[in-house]
Amino acid sequence: MKETLLKIREEALSQIRATDADLEAIRIRYLGKKGELTAVLRGMGQLTPEERPVVGQIANEVREAIEAELTARAEEQKAAELDARLVKEKVDVTVPGTPALVGHVHPIARIQREMEEIFIGMGFDIVEGPEVEYDYYNFQALNIPPDHPARDTQDTFYISENILLRTQTSSVQARTMETRKPPIRIVSPGRVYRSDAVDATHSPLFHQMEGLVIDKGVTMGNLKGALEMFAQTMFGAETKVRFRPHHFPFTEPSAEVDVSCFACGGKGCRLCKGEGWIEILGAGMVHPNVLTMGGIDPEEYSGFAFGMGIERIAMLKYHIDDMRHLYENDVRFLTQF
Amino acid sequence: MKLSMKWLADFTDVSDTSIKDYSDRMTDTGSKVEGYETLAEDIENVVVGRITSIKKHENSDHLQICMLDCGTGADIQIVTGAQNVFEGAVVPVAKAPAKLPGGITIKAGKLRGVESNGMLCSIAELGLTLHDMPGAIEDGILILNDVGLADAEPGADIRDVLMLRDDVVEFEITSNRPDCLSVIGLARESAVSFDRALNVPQPKKPTPKNDGDKIENYLNVEIREPSLCYRYSARVVKNVKIEPSPLWLRMRLRAAGVRPISNIVDITNYVMLEYGQPMHAFDYACLDGSRIVVRRAEEGEKFVSLDSVPHTLDDTMLVIADAKKPVALAGVMGGENSEITDGTKTVVFESAMFNGPSVRVSAKKLGMRTESSSRFEKGLDREQTMAALDRACELVELLGAGEIVDGTIDEYPAPSVPYVMDLDADRINAFLGVHLTEEYMKEILTSLHFGVDGKKLTVPTFRDDVRCMSDVSEEVLRIYGYTKIESAPLMGVTTQGGRTARQQFEIAIRDTLTGLGMCEAETFSFISPKFYDKIRMAEDDPRRESVVITNPLGEDTSIMRTTAIPSMLKVLENNAAVKNRDVSLFEIGNVYIPHGKGELPEEARRVVIGIYQNDDKTDRTFFTLKGSVEAVLAALRVKNAEYAPCTTENAFHPGRCAVVTVDGKQVGIFGQIHPLTIANYNIDAVTAVAELDFEALFEAREVMPEYKQLPKYPALERDFSFVCDEEQTVGVLESCMKRAGGALVESVRLFDIYRGPQIGEGKKSVSFAMMLRAADRTLTDEEADSTVKKILKKLEAECGAVLRS
Repeated sequence: MKETLLKIREEALSQIRATDADLEAIRIRYLGKKGELTAVLRGMGQLTPEERPVVGQIANEVREAIEAELTARAEEQKAAELDARLVKEKVDVTVPGTPALVGHVHPIARIQREMEEIFIGMGFDIVEGPEVEYDYYNFQALNIPPDHPARDTQDTFYISENILLRTQTSSVQARTMETRKPPIRIVSPGRVYRSDAVDATHSPLFHQMEGLVIDKGVTMGNLKGALEMFAQTMFGAETKVRFRPHHFPFTEPSAEVDVSCFACGGKGCRLCKGEGWIEILGAGMVHPNVLTMGGIDPEEYSGFAFGMGIERIAMLKYHIDDMRHLYENDVRFLTQF
Repeated sequence: MKLSMKWLADFTDVSDTSIKDYSDRMTDTGSKVEGYETLAEDIENVVVGRITSIKKHENSDHLQICMLDCGTGADIQIVTGAQNVFEGAVVPVAKAPAKLPGGITIKAGKLRGVESNGMLCSIAELGLTLHDMPGAIEDGILILNDVGLADAEPGADIRDVLMLRDDVVEFEITSNRPDCLSVIGLARESAVSFDRALNVPQPKKPTPKNDGDKIENYLNVEIREPSLCYRYSARVVKNVKIEPSPLWLRMRLRAAGVRPISNIVDITNYVMLEYGQPMHAFDYACLDGSRIVVRRAEEGEKFVSLDSVPHTLDDTMLVIADAKKPVALAGVMGGENSEITDGTKTVVFESAMFNGPSVRVSAKKLGMRTESSSRFEKGLDREQTMAALDRACELVELLGAGEIVDGTIDEYPAPSVPYVMDLDADRINAFLGVHLTEEYMKEILTSLHFGVDGKKLTVPTFRDDVRCMSDVSEEVLRIYGYTKIESAPLMGVTTQGGRTARQQFEIAIRDTLTGLGMCEAETFSFISPKFYDKIRMAEDDPRRESVVITNPLGEDTSIMRTTAIPSMLKVLENNAAVKNRDVSLFEIGNVYIPHGKGELPEEARRVVIGIYQNDDKTDRTFFTLKGSVEAVLAALRVKNAEYAPCTTENAFHPGRCAVVTVDGKQVGIFGQIHPLTIANYNIDAVTAVAELDFEALFEAREVMPEYKQLPKYPALERDFSFVCDEEQTVGVLESCMKRAGGALVESVRLFDIYRGPQIGEGKKSVSFAMMLRAADRTLTDEEADSTVKKILKKLEAECGAVLRS
């Protein structure tokens, strides 16, 4: 009987180990109710009491061996099946993904927000003003009386004799002084209008950002410091700022402000036209007449103001060569930003 | 302002500085250089030649072979087609290899077999005109004998002989510095900038004739408007001989960009350029009544200017008149009626000072901005009229152009008083953030011609722009150096800085829409009135009332938009034109709603979404847009939005357009664009647009999210399908279900709409999944079923919707 058991074990194990083994059939054949091992065990009654435990033990060992082998083999087979399935499920990873659309902020809005963040970090409020504006706020309150020759540098769209489309966000300076008391620290972004026909570098509508700081003891050194901080955040930590004398009726002294070229670091390249410097804004100390008209005593307070073109900075930063792209809104352009 | 460096050298010496260094330094001290140019740089190897012999070319009817003495010993042979050459003629010779203006190079070669070693030049080939070189001819070789240069040395460089060499620096002079619109003004700035001596000689007074003839015999001047004409200085020149100016004078005018005309006119231009004082010369014979009256024009008075343009004047304009008629528009332009001509015998020189704004207004009204008006309008030095007049007379005598009649007229009713102010060095230092000594400041101011006496500053009369501490500090700073300012951090009270709630809201909208995969557009705020027609806006729609630009660039940009829908359609059209597929864009921009006359319009912000889909055969585009609108509202926490059909907006498809309201207030409109509207645009795709009202959204938003507890008890789901009339809306069914179910109805979700033969004509089957939940207990099936029963009853009663069996 022992031999029979050992033979069953040998046979069963070899069947289980065969390549295409049908594990369930093998289990039924040997361990099932009518299985071979069960049959042998059933015949145990004929054994002597001495033989019974010995053979019983062997029979158990045989059963355990077969079961263990079946389990191990079943796991092996499962793993092989999974492997086969995974191979079958292989995809071409170069096939494009299911489109999930990504939107893009307009480059002007993107740069504007970037500029705003820098000034907010320096304690500036963002203030807005009307685009259709009184002549008073756009010109007169900025020390540009009617028939002042400085008006010629800004070709103006008029709505009526005293209402116009603002030519500069500086109009918000005058409005702010009327409603706030020093310390004032604001920037004002927005649309401005000038009667220039559309071409690669001109547009009758563009965006500016005006800045105004008024407090006791504000110096031109503070102006330079503030603009330096702005330029270094905007264009890179190595950026230098240069002031050149200029004239604006609403600031005195006035300056045109250059930054060292951020493309070549000042060595001279195509972007800076070999100059090493790029003009980005106009600035100066607020003219005492402007303070007075705004109800602020120039003997007690001083301040600075600056203004820059947002398109200009966007175009410089992104190397956009034609201003018209900004208003044609071709998605092939917009999705680049 | 174009500055001839040769002319500048009359007054100060900067010859040791390169033109680049000169330009950089002048820009640094406040006279901005736009560019510079070396004149005649493009002429190379062009010399004077004398024709020693001419013979005919054997193989040509029109060519001639010239032998020329060019000072090199052996004669040079050149073949020319010109017919005006003759033996003994002195001519410009481009000796091969040579270069001429316009990038022309001259090489040696053969013309019909005969060797030619260069070219004889015409004035045009040297870049000159008849104005520059009177006496020459246009269609032939420049014969130097004809222009008084017969003695030119053969071999001499033509640039020296014709005085063409010069460096010209172009300045952008800001409107506060009209004194720098002159050679002397720029000489002053140059001398200070380079620390050089300035030498401006006093012009010589005319030599007295003592012939008994005096100006009073000729002229009487009356200023009737002393507030518009501050000073009128004049002299008379008799026995005038009108002829071309000498070469040196013509070449200086040319370098400055002014066309030479004739001696008297050239002198007035020369003095204007040198002194910055516009002058005028009248033909005395044309003045009626021996009088000059400075008066306002009469309303409707006629006047023909020098350039033969007729004008109708009004009484805001100042004229120079004789006893009968205007002879000049003061400070702007002379009249044709008293113009200097070849026959002029007696001349009146005017050197006057007019009110700037008045000149500016007249020039602007008549559309004739001149060299003169652009100087006067900025305000000139009243003290300079006599020096300029003396200089003009000095030139008349130098040129032998006539005899100055003894005596001067100088009407100067209210002489200007020099402006005196205090110098406060400490305040200037504090203002600029620099540390300069008072002595150093005084040194700078003295060099800028300020009178300095202790702490008193006397501002030079040509510096009307300096009136306060800030002005003085700029004067000090620009010479000390703007670049030397040390930057300092912002000090003082710390300010918070930041955005308003509305500004943050706008950013939230922008982020939401880009998050939905849309690109942001920026469009012009002004549109054409035709854009309203294009979107088929009703004729009587109040939105056709727009803010109108009185001086637009063109009709396309002539009114301020009251709706941003046409701008969006235009942008979609741009994209369709370049075959971009399935485009979705948005814009956050203003519209301008007119208020009363004289008042500013309301600038209302709009959020516009525009999409088109190329292959939509269904209603997908509409529902894509609606999904975006719903997403925006959800992201902005605008709740309880309701959607109602809108059939009255002609821009939209009447069956696919809805207005969005929150608590009864309209926050926007959206829909598919009407086929007739889209036909006005070149878009071959189903297009839908939404226009939302920024302010209404802002007002409707939930300011702060408020946490609600998550449900503790399970929900029961019930699905059902109803059959109802086609006209019945899902919105009505939903709200009916919610009302009927009360607090237990947590949500109702539409999941199918079916139409088909089993349902019947004019009917549809609508399927909903409903979630029922009680907040405080586990809902039993019995409760759920009784609620559903109530709902079904109500649906049938109110909406005629029957449970589909």
